[in-house]
Amino acid sequence: MSSRCLRAAVLFAIASATIAMAAPLRICADPDNLPFSNRAGAGFDNRIAVLVAKELNREPVFVWARSRRGFLREQFNKGACEVLMGVPQGMKKVLTTSPYYRSTYVFVTSRKDHLQIASFDDPQLNGRRIGLQILEQDYSPPSLPLIRNGHAKQLVGFDSFGDGGAQIVRAVAAGRVGTAVVWGPVAGYFASALKLPVVLTPVSPAIDSSGIPFSFAITIGVHKQDAALCKQLNAALAQLRPKIDKLLAQYSVPVTSGLAVKEAQ
Amino acid sequence: MSAAGAAAGCKDQTQPVQPPSSVGGQIHPYAGALEADDHQWVRATKDYANTRYSTLDQINTSNVGSLKVAWTFDTGTRRGQEAAPIVANNTMYVVTPWPNKLFALDLTKAGAPLKWSFDPTPSPAAKGEACCDWVNRGAVYADGKVIYNTLDGFTIALDANSGKLLWRTRMTDLSKGETITMAPMVVRDKVFVGESGGEFGVRGWLAALSVKDGKVLWQAYSTGPDKDVLIGDRFKPYYTGDRGKDLGVATWPPDAWRIGGGTVWGFLAYDQAANLIYYGTSNPGPWNPDVRPGLNKWTSGVFARDADTGQAVWFYQMSPHDLYDWDGINEDVLLDLPLQGATRKVLVRPDRNGYMYVIDRTNGQVLSATPYVYITTTTGVDLVSGELKHVQEKIPKTGQEIRNICPPAPGAKDWQPSSFSPRTGLLYVPHENMCSDDEVLAVDYIAGTPYVGADVRYYAGPGGNEGELMAWDPVAGKKVWTVPDKYPLWSGTVATAGDLVFYGTMDGWFRAADARTGKTLWQFKTGSGIIGQPISYLGPDGKQYIAILSGVGGWPGAIVSGNLDTRDDTAANGWGSALPNLKSVTQAGGTLYVFSLP
Repeated sequence: MSSRCLRAAVLFAIASATIAMAAPLRICADPDNLPFSNRAGAGFDNRIAVLVAKELNREPVFVWARSRRGFLREQFNKGACEVLMGVPQGMKKVLTTSPYYRSTYVFVTSRKDHLQIASFDDPQLNGRRIGLQILEQDYSPPSLPLIRNGHAKQLVGFDSFGDGGAQIVRAVAAGRVGTAVVWGPVAGYFASALKLPVVLTPVSPAIDSSGIPFSFAITIGVHKQDAALCKQLNAALAQLRPKIDKLLAQYSVPVTSGLAVKEAQ
Repeated sequence: MSAAGAAAGCKDQTQPVQPPSSVGGQIHPYAGALEADDHQWVRATKDYANTRYSTLDQINTSNVGSLKVAWTFDTGTRRGQEAAPIVANNTMYVVTPWPNKLFALDLTKAGAPLKWSFDPTPSPAAKGEACCDWVNRGAVYADGKVIYNTLDGFTIALDANSGKLLWRTRMTDLSKGETITMAPMVVRDKVFVGESGGEFGVRGWLAALSVKDGKVLWQAYSTGPDKDVLIGDRFKPYYTGDRGKDLGVATWPPDAWRIGGGTVWGFLAYDQAANLIYYGTSNPGPWNPDVRPGLNKWTSGVFARDADTGQAVWFYQMSPHDLYDWDGINEDVLLDLPLQGATRKVLVRPDRNGYMYVIDRTNGQVLSATPYVYITTTTGVDLVSGELKHVQEKIPKTGQEIRNICPPAPGAKDWQPSSFSPRTGLLYVPHENMCSDDEVLAVDYIAGTPYVGADVRYYAGPGGNEGELMAWDPVAGKKVWTVPDKYPLWSGTVATAGDLVFYGTMDGWFRAADARTGKTLWQFKTGSGIIGQPISYLGPDGKQYIAILSGVGGWPGAIVSGNLDTRDDTAANGWGSALPNLKSVTQAGGTLYVFSLP
């Protein structure tokens, strides 16, 4: 795509710069969902969004919306905001930019256990309580290969909102579950921020034999008709690459290489 | 569980269950007794037996053609209006969807002006928690009070005369996804309340609060140890599978009962002679059945409990280890029917799973379970064991595409309540006629975490109509007549002594059907789609009135009220494909219509 898209974006950027601080950029964000966002603006998606808005010479304005079933999409579709952070590539409901990071679900194990579990057919999973977060009405996708491997009765559910992320990582550290499978940014952030003695091992292989991916490329979502904004965001993300990488490292997000990952469509 | 077609090697040729054809049932006046009609409408279900029958006959088959709008009232909200208006002491009480305002309208004055209103200022966060639009199913009048629930989980009692707040009890933890949408029911000094929010790993319960001060007297969970479920010495379930210690724990993986669902958000029924309340429990959670091996007691079933102590008396599970999100919350209509040579005290239950259950309400024995829609997922109910017999090839398997699942998650019938007329002996059931395909996995995210989930698409079952009004003969177990509708019928019905059945459609028509033939005798196009509960009452002027809230929404109608994108087939959890043009035929609304003869 890119050179034409990029040129258009640059032209557009110059044009908007002349209008001196164009309209605010409204970003929908959850008010209580670290490490991604919170009302204090302390999440990495908050901070990336601020960087991106400034790159577009627009004032970042957060629209606080709890990201539960249907609500965020509903707000978004009603024009409450123009930008959604943290949208997986391949989600059909919005137009997505180029990825700004890629991460993976990880096995979280206690450091003292020396388990290094990386795959769902690891016999060390036998008999252990396995923590998973609940997304909407179901366990997160690692439940699917775990069930296939006969571990259905070992699953222990954790909330995915508020301090749910902290709870599941703490449960591993405290031995309340034998292991947990958690989305990398959540596990990385809480393990590091809470200084928990746990080890994170990316789920392998990245795509399950049944086609379910455990590695995702993460993008910014915009309204389907906002192709121009999408191009500007792509240019901004490219420009901000080093700063974004630094931020992700600060939040201990386990970032995976793009080459290894084939996104689900 | 027993499953049909388990034979290995050859392809299973199980035939779909066909419902009885639209003929065969008989009209035979009801011989049982019904509660006396005070010509008011003090609870959503009209009477404790859930008949929604009005003895008023001023409006009847010969004059309904001239029925006209008497007055209207704008609720000021544009979300799904599922509430039954409540009428007591010449005042009408209307609850809106979130923000759950309550309006008291003075029926003694021309145009029923506002007497007072109450704004509970519920948490805006509740909007994000409610799975299926921001609905409320109405208030209840008792002891000079109007009592209702708010989406953010409070039960509120107001002075019916002045609107003054008398008490307010917090019943749920919103941060755990618990909301309340149901209409409470009062028996003597207790008001019964249950929670919604079964989509978020909550643990369902029914609670009894003191009508006097809102104090919680007992709470009966739908999962967990017997002491939490209020299972004790009085518990005598009919089927052996329901007997044993702590089945609410033993029929789940360890700890899974803590997030097992079984919420209580439908209508309750009450048998005064036996002093038992009856209600259904919702589907188990999480949705994926593979993660909760076991029968998942006490979800997707019906409880009989002592109305004073809450102690369980019997339980029957319509959908053990539910595979399809078939809540058991549908209404139980209490009737005394001539069956098998004797008058049996039964409850009649048009269940989500497509079977019309006739259950002995004294002991929980299933006397019959007759299909009333096209069913591909099960082959029947074993009356010896009480088990639902599954079709192996329709059992959902993770990551696998399964087509032609009938009925789908919203079931053969969702929450929308039936009515019963003693003059015809027929049950008037508004329901769906739908199937679904569980398709390939699609990428989504929540709370920053990406995942893949199954794409679900709903579509019309055989005949091409997504909804149907059906008159059902509960003695013969057969349909008498049907009226197909293009959209799922998501409104309740009311039957009157004028031999009329009133109901609404999702594209906004409010209709009167001849109770004996189904013929449309009158219709009126309201401003928005109808998903509410019609009522009939006698005004202070001595005239009969019919009232209904118009305002599309609810689970399917959220496509309109939430302005979801129908190009996304899976909008509103699968309804996008079924209702692609609903947005073009109706708009969101929120108006009360009251009709009378000129």
